[in-house]
Amino acid sequence: MVPLSWYIILSAVVFSIGVIGFLTRRNLIMTFMSIELMLNSVNISFVAFSHYLQSMRGQIIVFFVIAVAAAETAIGLAIIIAYYKNNPTIKVDEINLLKG
Amino acid sequence: MTAPQLFFAYFAVMITVLSLLMITRRNPVHGVLWMLVLFVHIAGLYIFLNAEFLAAIQIIVYAGAILVLFLFVIMLLNLKKEETVKKFQKHWLVGVGTGIIFAVFSVSIVRKIEVFPQLGKYTIEAVKAEGNIMTVGKVLYTKYLLPFEIASVILLVAIIGAVVLAKKRIE
Amino acid sequence: MLKYTLIPLLPFLSFLINILFGRNFIKDRAHWIAVPAVVGSFLLAVSAFLDVAGGRDINVNIYSWIVSGSFNVSVGFLIDRLSAIMLIVVTSISTLIFIYSIGYMHGDGGYYRFFAYLSLFVFSMLILVMANNFLLMYFGWEAVGLCSYFLIGYWFHKKSAADAGKKAFIVNRFGDFGFGLGVILIFLTFGSMDYMQVFGEAGGIAGQTINLLGYDVNLITLICLLLFCGAVGKSAQVPLHVWLPDAMEGPTPVSALIHAATMVTAGVFMVARCNPLFNLSEVAMNTVAIVGGVTAIFAATIALVQTDIKRVIAYSTVSQLGYMFLALGVGAYSAAIFHLYTHAYFKALLFLGSGSVIHALHDEQNMQKMGGLKKYMPVTYWVFILATLSITGIPFFSGFFSKDEILWRAYLAGDLGKFLWFLGTLAALLTAFYSWRLIYLTFHGKFRGTHEQEEHLHESPPVITVPLMLLAVGAVAAGWVGIPPIFAEHGDKIGEFLAPVLGYPEGEGTHAQEYFVMGASIFVAVAGWIIAYTMYLKKTELPQKLGAAFQPVYKLLFNKYYIDELYSKTIVQPTLKASDKIILGFDTYIIEGIVNGIPNLIGAFSRKLRKIQTGLLSDYGLIMAIGALSIIGVWIFLR
Repeated sequence: MVPLSWYIILSAVVFSIGVIGFLTRRNLIMTFMSIELMLNSVNISFVAFSHYLQSMRGQIIVFFVIAVAAAETAIGLAIIIAYYKNNPTIKVDEINLLKG
Repeated sequence: MTAPQLFFAYFAVMITVLSLLMITRRNPVHGVLWMLVLFVHIAGLYIFLNAEFLAAIQIIVYAGAILVLFLFVIMLLNLKKEETVKKFQKHWLVGVGTGIIFAVFSVSIVRKIEVFPQLGKYTIEAVKAEGNIMTVGKVLYTKYLLPFEIASVILLVAIIGAVVLAKKRIE
Repeated sequence: MLKYTLIPLLPFLSFLINILFGRNFIKDRAHWIAVPAVVGSFLLAVSAFLDVAGGRDINVNIYSWIVSGSFNVSVGFLIDRLSAIMLIVVTSISTLIFIYSIGYMHGDGGYYRFFAYLSLFVFSMLILVMANNFLLMYFGWEAVGLCSYFLIGYWFHKKSAADAGKKAFIVNRFGDFGFGLGVILIFLTFGSMDYMQVFGEAGGIAGQTINLLGYDVNLITLICLLLFCGAVGKSAQVPLHVWLPDAMEGPTPVSALIHAATMVTAGVFMVARCNPLFNLSEVAMNTVAIVGGVTAIFAATIALVQTDIKRVIAYSTVSQLGYMFLALGVGAYSAAIFHLYTHAYFKALLFLGSGSVIHALHDEQNMQKMGGLKKYMPVTYWVFILATLSITGIPFFSGFFSKDEILWRAYLAGDLGKFLWFLGTLAALLTAFYSWRLIYLTFHGKFRGTHEQEEHLHESPPVITVPLMLLAVGAVAAGWVGIPPIFAEHGDKIGEFLAPVLGYPEGEGTHAQEYFVMGASIFVAVAGWIIAYTMYLKKTELPQKLGAAFQPVYKLLFNKYYIDELYSKTIVQPTLKASDKIILGFDTYIIEGIVNGIPNLIGAFSRKLRKIQTGLLSDYGLIMAIGALSIIGVWIFLR
């Protein structure tokens, strides 16, 4: 039998990889993909919990996470396109409109 | 190692390696393709965890819809010259360090978890007797009906929002 | 349940619609929203009344308003026999006043605003009446005060109107402060705001004392006196009566609404509602009775010599409210509510009638410049006569029954009661005198206004006279539900109807005594009439001679006992002076120091802090990750 903690550790590791991707990549689209990766890693742990606790809740939450992730991607990519129209760059370290 | 453990080990290693591959590709299209493989593996892991419905959703929504969306956008933006510049930021080491500390912390939390809640009524046998989709559906359309409807509204807003944001400005 | 919720909600919706869309869209059509709304709540109120009369009290919580530990307040309605009668009074009078306002306010620039405030006023009063706990009542109580401010100062470009609005609001504040303290003390004592719970447990704390500044004070007495403070302010009793006559600066329908239905009755209603508390405290009851009796006579004497038609009626209201408190104080709660109910009709009628007169004379309010209007305005004249017959207590008009009930109950209530009865009867004499004086000065004799005004004299349009006629029916017949038992077995229907809530007053007198009391009040009513008739129709030079002979008294009365001047000298001026000093010292350095200092500090700090805002996504991500890591780190290493 596979212990629950293995799944959680896997999830943590994949999440951290997502964090690294988010923090280091210069390409805005790659940052986005890193976010998707993080969401997926969390989903793994939810499904694992759901299985081991014999509860449906985890799977339901994953369902909602996927729905929200889809919405988030659509909006995020639309923002990228809208931004790209004005400033033709998607380099993260050149986008600093929020600078105070 | 027992067979299930071996099975898990394969998936775990593959998922980790594929994530690393994904975030290190210079060309985003390659990243997306690795991600596709990664998602298929995650779907496999779901099946392993008796969540067939989610596995299907994972393939359909993530691989089928979201990744295609990514590809579309990458193609929409002409990113030829982006591929020639440096792919990591200046202080990439800080990011990597943070990520590693994150991983260490998370793993050490897992060790500390002691309290487990009561087991629910959805044992593997119960779910199998009814079928995974049936079970998920029943819970989703009864107890979680309202969140479900809200999710649909969120998706609707996302559709409208995406259209409004990405359409051409009419001067 | 929705039915009962809609009673206050309809006027509120009318308020919202008119205030939001009035300026640009509704404009002169505001009454198409306001009038149906208030008619709707009247019909619903009737239906609620029938439910209650059928023996079904309604006590529902519809919404949990505040839940904070043991402090738990709901928005909930209690409709029992008391509030059902109040609902009928408030909504029926309001309906007629709304209709009247269509004609009266026609062409005014703020037409929509007027109806919006009027609706809000009715809403507030309905909330006050229907509340099932003290906090919600307090909400209605304050909202009523706020609306009175809006409406008295409706013509805000006129300084006197704006001042009168402020005065009403500020004077009410004195009373409301006491009321607020009373509500808090109730909560501290009973741990609840709910009427049922408070009244249920009231008996248990009778006789308990509380240490206040070194004195032991009876708890119930303290609560009752504090609550009564609010009633004194809201119902314009001495010494806080000063705002009500000034409230005449508002449009006449507002005066009618304030005097008859929505505001001044609140105090009477509140004391009646809290009767389980007041019953436990003799001191509080006596205070209520004495304040009432004194106010009745005090205001009546002022009304004798006033020349402004609306002011006479205003002081008459103060005096009649005194009667109601007198009744409350001697434990005759149902008599007080009965008088409130009959008074609402004839007082609304008097006000709306005087509005009709003022309208015809193009905003002339001075009775010295009226006269002889009888032949120009027959409808207004006749409804005025009916209202006057009613208020002076001529037999078989409604005022007779309710006033007689109060005087009779006072007469039965011991030595203090006998004294109060004497005051009341004297006040009735004065009432008869000044009411007929008003009629004779306004409608009889020769017209004393300008020639131009005389040419424009005309009867008001039907939209004004029809409500007057309807109110006249009420002024005549409203009292027939409270015929004393000596005339008809079970004639006192209203008293019996209210008995489950308010109790039936104790005390039995002989028939001879009752006939004596009744005879006395009929005698003074007729006597006052005859005196007024003699002075203002037959020997018209007499008033002047009397005024000259008793110059000091006349001046004292004409200047309303110099109460306003007294308050101005002792309270208003010192406050203003002190405020000036405070503004100079405290305000300039401390308040502004704090007010300007904090932004300056924050500004300086943020100029430093903004440097970390690089605008780069990954920096924000990094900071967020570090934050998350610190939280996890604390959790891991410190546990």
